[in-house]
Amino acid sequence: MSALRTPLAAWHETHGAKMAPFAGWLMPIQYEGILIEHEHTRRHAGLFDICHMGEFRIERPGADEALACAVSHNLDTLAPGRCRYGFLLNKEGGVLDDCIVYRFGPDFFMLVVNAACAAGDYAVLRERLPQSVALTDISAGTAKIDLQGPESALVLEGALGENFRDLPYFAFRKTDFHGARLLVSRTGYTGEIGFELYLSPDNVEALWTVLLRDSRVKPAGLGARDTLRLEAGLPLYGHELDERHSPAEANMGRMLTSKADYVGRAGAMTIRERLVPLCLEGRRAARNSDAVTLPDGAPVGRVTSGSFAPSLGCAIAFAWVNAAHAGNEHFVIRAARTGLDARRATLPFYTEGTARRQSS
Amino acid sequence: MSNNPTELLYSRTHEWARLEGEEAVIGITWFAQKSLGDITYVELPRAGDRLTAGTEFGSVESVKAASDLISPVNGVVVAVNTALENAPETLNTAPFGDGWLARVKLADNPKDLMAAAAYEAFCAAEKH
Repeated sequence: MSALRTPLAAWHETHGAKMAPFAGWLMPIQYEGILIEHEHTRRHAGLFDICHMGEFRIERPGADEALACAVSHNLDTLAPGRCRYGFLLNKEGGVLDDCIVYRFGPDFFMLVVNAACAAGDYAVLRERLPQSVALTDISAGTAKIDLQGPESALVLEGALGENFRDLPYFAFRKTDFHGARLLVSRTGYTGEIGFELYLSPDNVEALWTVLLRDSRVKPAGLGARDTLRLEAGLPLYGHELDERHSPAEANMGRMLTSKADYVGRAGAMTIRERLVPLCLEGRRAARNSDAVTLPDGAPVGRVTSGSFAPSLGCAIAFAWVNAAHAGNEHFVIRAARTGLDARRATLPFYTEGTARRQSS
Repeated sequence: MSNNPTELLYSRTHEWARLEGEEAVIGITWFAQKSLGDITYVELPRAGDRLTAGTEFGSVESVKAASDLISPVNGVVVAVNTALENAPETLNTAPFGDGWLARVKLADNPKDLMAAAAYEAFCAAEKH
């Protein structure tokens, strides 16, 4: 089966992007280079094509109560115009997907899900929601691009001619672009101030081009997205999150504040292993699946993501470590031909991010 | 920039060798660094290490990938470019110059290496 193409795929190809298959889609990995795009996003603003992600609309009377029982998000405290990160769990409390719920009204929501999980998520939700609640996959009609970086609010204001600096973290607002609907949410994955922009596929290239006209913006690929989100200490589905691990094991227990009787609730706090952030001694990176051992060589876990961290100048990693040893300070990662000394870190790895700051 | 210097010899695993009397300087090609992307780490051999053509003698890592370095020649390492330890990005900016990896005292004449034109044809075929 050939890979799906986003509405911006042709633009990427004509602008020198290195393209690769990701979750069934042909996606840009990098344009000028991962390090340049990473650093530019940390200092100014990066623009990401995230059209591959899935969006569902959930509406009609009863949607609020039904959705609260289908996902782990606390909807009681979620006001219209606000969005929240949380999980779709299986019955045992394992993570089927991580997703953001947007509340438009009392019984009207949007759910944004990972591309690789979208079909499965839809089937699970359709099963969990009563037929009286409408669940619509609006992914094909929804394009999504993300502007991330400390200057992103200023760039967006320049492009759209309205104030976005007062939009709070994890809030969203509807506006328009060229007379068509545009949804702007102040969310993201870089640890910097950022916005996720949802609009029709017909208009996405025009908005993409307008934003890139600002000299503060560079296009950035999935490579930079990975290094940025890892430095920000954010888990990635399929690496740090999966069906065999609970949100609590991934250090997300504090987010489980919903009082609803949601699927997986009983198992969501189960701890068998813990996701441990690690700083490595040098520049050499650990890779997914490398074994994690104690200094004496006893195996206690495995790496889920590892990379050289451009903003830190050393390598960092996440690893699943059995709960009994997750509090240890020192580990050795068995990489190809060598052992890498690793020390327990605190999150986020990169602490200078602007995400929660008042933008100016 | 991708022009492969004609005075070098090239391997199918994208290393180059510059013969200088009984020694050779070795490195990776422009094509290799371009395929890897931003290089963030280089594992170099040590002086005194014995290299065998066609076998691994170190590795390079980029943000997205790790790749073995395969020796284009037989011989003993007499010098390594330790400047790369703190500036591995030199392999991206100057793979045929300051990004050299090691100097080797040759045990014999290198075999199975390509001249620049043949290597270019080889890369063109590999791209497709």
